[in-house]
Amino acid sequence: MAIYLTKESKVLVQGMTGAEGMKHTRRMLAAGTDVVGGVNPRKAGRSVDFDDRAVPVFGSVREGMDVTGADVTVVFVPPAFSKAAVMEAADAGIGLAVVITEGIPVHDSVVFHAYAERHGTRVIGPNCPGLISPGQSNAGIIPADITKPGRVGLVSKSGTLTYQLMYELRDTGFSTCVGIGGDPVVGTTHIDCLGAFEADPDTELIVLIGEIGGDAEERAAACIKESVSKPVVAYIAGFTAPEGRTMGHAGAIVSGASGTAAAKKSALEAAGVQVGNTPTETAQLVLERLAAASR
Amino acid sequence: MDLYEHQARELFEEYGILVPRAEVADSAKEARASAARLGGRVVVKAQVKTGGRGKAGGVKFARDPAAAELTARQILGMDIKGHTVHSVMLAQPVDIDSEFYVSYVLDRSQGRFLAIASAEGGMDIEEVAATRPEAVVRMAIDPFEGVPHKKAAGIAAAAGLPASAADTLTALWSVLIREDALLVEVNPLVRTAQGQILALDGKVTLDDNASFRQTRWGAQGPADRHEADELEAAAAAKGLNYVKLDGEVGVIGNGAGLVMSTLDVVAGCGARPANFLDIGGGASAQIMADGLSVILSDPSVTAVFVNVFGGITACDAVADGIVRALESVRLTKPLVVRLDGNNAARGRAILDERAHPLVEQATTMDGAARRAAELAHAA
Repeated sequence: MAIYLTKESKVLVQGMTGAEGMKHTRRMLAAGTDVVGGVNPRKAGRSVDFDDRAVPVFGSVREGMDVTGADVTVVFVPPAFSKAAVMEAADAGIGLAVVITEGIPVHDSVVFHAYAERHGTRVIGPNCPGLISPGQSNAGIIPADITKPGRVGLVSKSGTLTYQLMYELRDTGFSTCVGIGGDPVVGTTHIDCLGAFEADPDTELIVLIGEIGGDAEERAAACIKESVSKPVVAYIAGFTAPEGRTMGHAGAIVSGASGTAAAKKSALEAAGVQVGNTPTETAQLVLERLAAASR
Repeated sequence: MDLYEHQARELFEEYGILVPRAEVADSAKEARASAARLGGRVVVKAQVKTGGRGKAGGVKFARDPAAAELTARQILGMDIKGHTVHSVMLAQPVDIDSEFYVSYVLDRSQGRFLAIASAEGGMDIEEVAATRPEAVVRMAIDPFEGVPHKKAAGIAAAAGLPASAADTLTALWSVLIREDALLVEVNPLVRTAQGQILALDGKVTLDDNASFRQTRWGAQGPADRHEADELEAAAAAKGLNYVKLDGEVGVIGNGAGLVMSTLDVVAGCGARPANFLDIGGGASAQIMADGLSVILSDPSVTAVFVNVFGGITACDAVADGIVRALESVRLTKPLVVRLDGNNAARGRAILDERAHPLVEQATTMDGAARRAAELAHAA
């Protein structure tokens, strides 16, 4: 098993015919993802050839689901059209929408998150690298070839830090890695993933990567204390970031004492989580915990 | 992007919210003329995008145009928390009966905007919230309903604001939605002695992601250049995601999270990062050259650390980018490069072959940070 995404997942790609959509659909297919179709009303009825596989283009998410039984959609459409794309997917009743698009206005994402919630659609993102269950399926832009299947679950706000940790632990492997995205408002949170990893029999240890801004890590710490029995190892970025400045991610901004890296680290440590000082040290802590558990 | 107070005031006025009559001046002479047009008695307010102006002496009363000129001369050029005052707003004084606080702000954890209102305005609302939480009302706004009059009346009543403040609350919600604002705050919202509800001071933060459909303030934003650091302005002109810091190790990396982490690792080695620079996924020769030229022009930089993890990006492409950047930028300070991930071996071979005397490689992020710190201190 894994969380949210398995080899059974049938994946649609909204925006598949655009440059990013094409590039990453090819990569997803190469990683074994069952991409069953693209969505573009202007190109409905055609198909796109990816090496040895022709992927059909549907006029709507609903049509794609009716024909293929798709249960996941990956959204690559530009920011101005992302709200409509996610709402369409939620209307069609899809189970999971992975929104890769960066730069979506917050008022749009507030609306589509609320809409998706009412329709029972889980959203991952926006402004995220997506998620991968190595050896099974890859929905988004996470490089599939830097790690292997294993028993560590990973949840992170940051894309490149996810890759860094996946690479550091490439000989250990992962059940699922989820990049939840760096925007101020994201659909699936650290807490959601902690709960899913806790329930996943194939996940033995959880790595949590956070960064300055907001209180998601503090809330995750409270959740770990209460309801996570599996070991959790964490890494927090942004100790040296100055107050009140945005560091690339719209979410990575600190104002006042709340949301600082130090506050997050101490909240996690108080919940019994080991927090590494560097990505490499964090990977080392994971190896130590796994070794201790197998003794 | 934050707006200046006078810009927020203009917006409020446009949406039918009462505001004091006011003018903006960027010289003392102009301030005198403005004060005369406004009737003589004015409040002179520093226009900077930071709080605490009053405590810093940036808000002063002037009894006549001559006094306004003198006061403006004192305030213009003043430094308030690192912001230089380049203009002042002159506003007609208001006869205040009572002061309130209202705002709409994003609640990240709930994914909703919150209305925050209090009958205890005029002072630091965070302090009121901390010491007397019951005096501050918070209500989540359903994004599909917004703030119709009935909802606004409910917020006003719960916070102990006069019923007539409800119109202001609905108008402020319109500002938030139609202008794509992330924060709209009025502190204080006042009831005048004549019973009018008036926004005396305002703060508006716009969502940069919405600039494609919000063209009013222009792509670069209103007069931000006044306050921007020179290096930051140069980086912004090249479209780089750069933030100036106080240290001596220049940092270039790909991905905001990894770059933030790099700053921490450099600091952990006893050095101080000189900047944040995220070159994103592409890492082309052009962006590498642009990034290097900005960092090398920073006089406090004594060594540079390039930290790239090739996820989607292949490290050989990044190495090519560095090599080509070295053709157009004269390297004057040591450069430590760490390439890892996708095609790292090929990328390292390309840099080895180039064999620039000031470029050295390290195989781990921690090792590279230590080396960059050493080189920075040796310089």
